Parts: sequence; structure tokens; C-alpha cells
Amino acid sequence: MSLLASETDNAAVPRLAAGKPGLSIGWIAGFALPVMVAALWEGAVSAGLANGRLLPPPSRIGATLWELARSGELATHAAATLWRVAAGFALGAVVGTVLGALSGASELLRRLMDPTLQALRAIPSIAWVPLFILWLGIFEASKVALIAVGVFFPVYLGVAAALAGIDRKIIEVGRVFRLGRVAMIRRVTLPAILPAWVTALRTGLGLGFMFVVAAEFMGASEGLGYLLVDGQQLGRPDRILAAIIAFAVLGKLADGLLVFVTRPLLSWQDVSRNRM
Amino acid sequence: MLSIDALSKTYADGVVALDELSLRVGDGEIVALVGGSGCGKTTLLRLIAGLDRASAGQIRLDDQTINGPSANVGVIFQEPRLFPWLTIEDNVAFGLNQLSAFEREGLVANALTRVGLSGHGGRWPRELSGGQQQRAAIARALITRPRLLIMDEPFSALDPTTRASLHRHLLSLWDESRPTMLLVTHDVEEAVTLADRIIVMQPNPGRVFETFPNLLARPRVRLGSGFETLSRQILTSLDQSLKPGMPKAAPAGTADAAWW
Repeated sequence: MSLLASETDNAAVPRLAAGKPGLSIGWIAGFALPVMVAALWEGAVSAGLANGRLLPPPSRIGATLWELARSGELATHAAATLWRVAAGFALGAVVGTVLGALSGASELLRRLMDPTLQALRAIPSIAWVPLFILWLGIFEASKVALIAVGVFFPVYLGVAAALAGIDRKIIEVGRVFRLGRVAMIRRVTLPAILPAWVTALRTGLGLGFMFVVAAEFMGASEGLGYLLVDGQQLGRPDRILAAIIAFAVLGKLADGLLVFVTRPLLSWQDVSRNRM
Repeated sequence: MLSIDALSKTYADGVVALDELSLRVGDGEIVALVGGSGCGKTTLLRLIAGLDRASAGQIRLDDQTINGPSANVGVIFQEPRLFPWLTIEDNVAFGLNQLSAFEREGLVANALTRVGLSGHGGRWPRELSGGQQQRAAIARALITRPRLLIMDEPFSALDPTTRASLHRHLLSLWDESRPTMLLVTHDVEEAVTLADRIIVMQPNPGRVFETFPNLLARPRVRLGSGFETLSRQILTSLDQSLKPGMPKAAPAGTADAAWW
């Protein structure tokens, strides 16, 4: 029998509900405003109060999306965009993680690298385009490189800051148990920075989707960015909006996939369960 | 035996935290260190734990000099310091990595039962109360059976009821294997409840000011006259230790010649 069977602090903090977020009212409420605005705009165009030429009604955008999907054009463009984002994300995330880890773990390396990287971070993404085209050509390599640059900085900063900010007290527990350098990294450091790393990856992925638009503006023949340019040149705002919606859906799905893959690693966190 | 000889610690900013402190703690003895802020109690524990390096002097546990963290020294901090990404049982098993999974499971199950956390092993630390988390920290420190257990105000953040139950619990665990214990506390009653000897330290720089053997029989009743008397003696000594210009420590074991 426990020595403390009668103790007053035996009552644990109630175990948190482990259920899925599900269709809560809050979740539905998020759709209320855009649906309402879309319905109002649809009604206004149908009633002849607006012509919908520059801002087509939802029904026309939907029809365009359906046509693009039916013809296979949407899949082709979406696949091209996804491939570029995936390649750029992988490259940027790996390099950002490695350099962020070096910078966060070593004061000397941080002093060496950080000022240069912070200066490079201030350069607008579009400024890299001519240089990357000169260096890497007009095809895929320059586009992937541009996306990787976008992904790199949040990942680098997130990892470096997380490492530098690990609670000293937690590290001391590892020291008390005489963990070696490798064991300390594996058993203490990596788990401690995991939440910040995932957040940095999510931020990097979001920026990857922003940078892919800039990348596909520079001479692409396919991709959702190309669809945007194509819509502009053809005077088809419905195609532009269809491409924007496709971007939003793909971005959300990619983020959701990242959250899904990393959720088991963060199940110990209070916030990961319901809020990510 | 824990032997501390002429131990000094001066920080980089020139602050002298400890000045030629010498101390002996016998095998299985429980010693409490009390004193005002800045008297070097926590510094002393950190040096014994091997988390900091002394500027001068020596710490020995039996015949081994302590220069860094040691398998023979367990530490319980003021906060539970559980790893939030590990379940309670994985936290408790943290120092048992060299054992097989089967051996670990058995030891952890037993340790959790001993600290009253049976059935809580699969929970995350955040799902436990502060007292339960501290019990898990005690189990984590004791599961490796250290010869010396050092505790830095381990119960200070807990409510009085939980603290009292943890006192009983700690003494019960101590009674099983009788490790040497060194406890830092601000709570004189806690010191009298737990310790065989109470050392009052004086600040700036930290030194031993006075030592009180505690001969009261266990379990110690706080309302008993002996308890009250010893507590008052220690409180008076604490007051004296904080007055500027007080002479350096009286030799150990001078409780009978104290202020009362």
C-alpha cells in the first residue's frame, strides 16, 4: 500500500480531454464571414447591382475551378507548385535546421554566422530573382532556390532561438544524471526544442507558399503562380481567383499534413492537442 | 561519510559565496542547512552535486573526491524539474538507462508505488499536482539508490498539508536504505522535523555559524516542548547570524551552549 494513500494532494489535475477538435461552433463560425460576404456578392451580381467583371461572383469562380479541374489543368499546375514547394521546403528546412543548431549550440559560431544571416534576411525575396536566374538558369533550380531561401530564415531563427533559450534547469537535470554530449542532445536538447522547431517549420512552409508565387512569376510555364499571370494577361479575374483559392487550399492542406505528422511528437504539450 | 574541507567559492563578479567551509556528515545522517539569503546554502549544494566548481577546498564522499556529477549523489531541486515530454514513469526511469526494459519497469513500478503515484505512471507531468510532481522527482532521485541525497528547498513551493505528508514520506523512504541526506531549507520547523543535525549558516561570505544536534525521537510532534525549544534556539541563532560583525562559526556540536 502506498505511504501516501491519505494525502490531500493525491487528487491529480483532471486529465485533459483527449478528443479531437471536431466540428465545434467556433470552427463553423470561422466560415460564417466569408460565406456571408460571398453570398451577398453573388446576390448583388445576380440582381444586377454589380456586373462582376473585375470581381466575379462565387458561382463563376466555382465554374472556372471546375473547368480547370475537369480538364486536368488544375492538377498539372497544382502538382508543379507542390513539387517546387516540397523541394524548396526540404532544402531550406534542412539547411536552416543545421545552421540554426550550430548557431544555437555554439556562441562562437553564432557570432560568426548570425550577423551575416540577419543581413541577408533583410533582403526582399524578389531581389534574389535576377541573381538566381543568372546563377541557376530560368528553370526549376532557381525557383527551388528562391523558395528554400524563404523557408530557411524562419527555420534557422526558430532553431537557434530555441536552443539558446532551453531552460538551464532542465539541462542541469541531465548533468546530474551524467549524460554525455550525444545523450544530452538526444534525450534533453532535441525534445526541448521540438515545439519551437515545428512552429518554425510551419512558418517556413507558409513562407514557402509565398515565395513560390514569386518563383513562378519568373518564367514558369506551369504552376499556380503561372495561372495567376495567365489570368492577368488574359483579363480573366476568375482564373486569378481560382488560382488564389487553390493556393489557399494547398497551403492549408500542407500545413495540416505537417501538423498531423508532428502531432504524435508533441502530444505532451497542452496546446498541441486542440489548438494546432 | 561526506567530508567538506576548507571549501571556498568566489564567483566571477568577485562575490564570495563560501569561505573556507568545513563540514562532516556521517553515513545515514540527515543534516539540514538553514540560514538567511546569501549564506551560500544553495552554492554549497551545487558544489556537492558537481554542478559548479569550487574555487578552493575539497569535497569527498567516502574516499572519492567530487569534481562533477556523481552516480552516488542524487539531487532534488526546489522545483520538480520533470521533463515535460516524458511520462511520469519515463521521468522516474531517466537515470536507469543502462538497465534492461524489464528491470526498469519493475524498479519504476515499485518506486511509483512507494511515492504514492501508482497508476499515474502513464501521465504527463502537467497532469499532476505540484506535490505529486515533487514526489515523482523524489522517486527519480532515489531510484538509483544514491549514497548521498541533496535537497535544495524541495518542499518550499508546496502547501503545508502536502509538505507535512512529504516529510513523513521522505523519512519513510530514508528509513529503507538510510542514505545520507543534506537538506537546504528556510523552514526551521521542517529542519527540526527531518534532520539529525541543523546547521545555521551566516551570510557574506557563507560560513557555518552554529550547529544544533537534534536528539528528539521520531516521529517528531510539532507541539512538543522539545520541538518548540529547539526551533526557538535555531531561530535565535538565525537572528544572531544575520547581525553584522558576528564572529565566525562556533565549533560543531555546541547546541547545548546556544542562546537559550
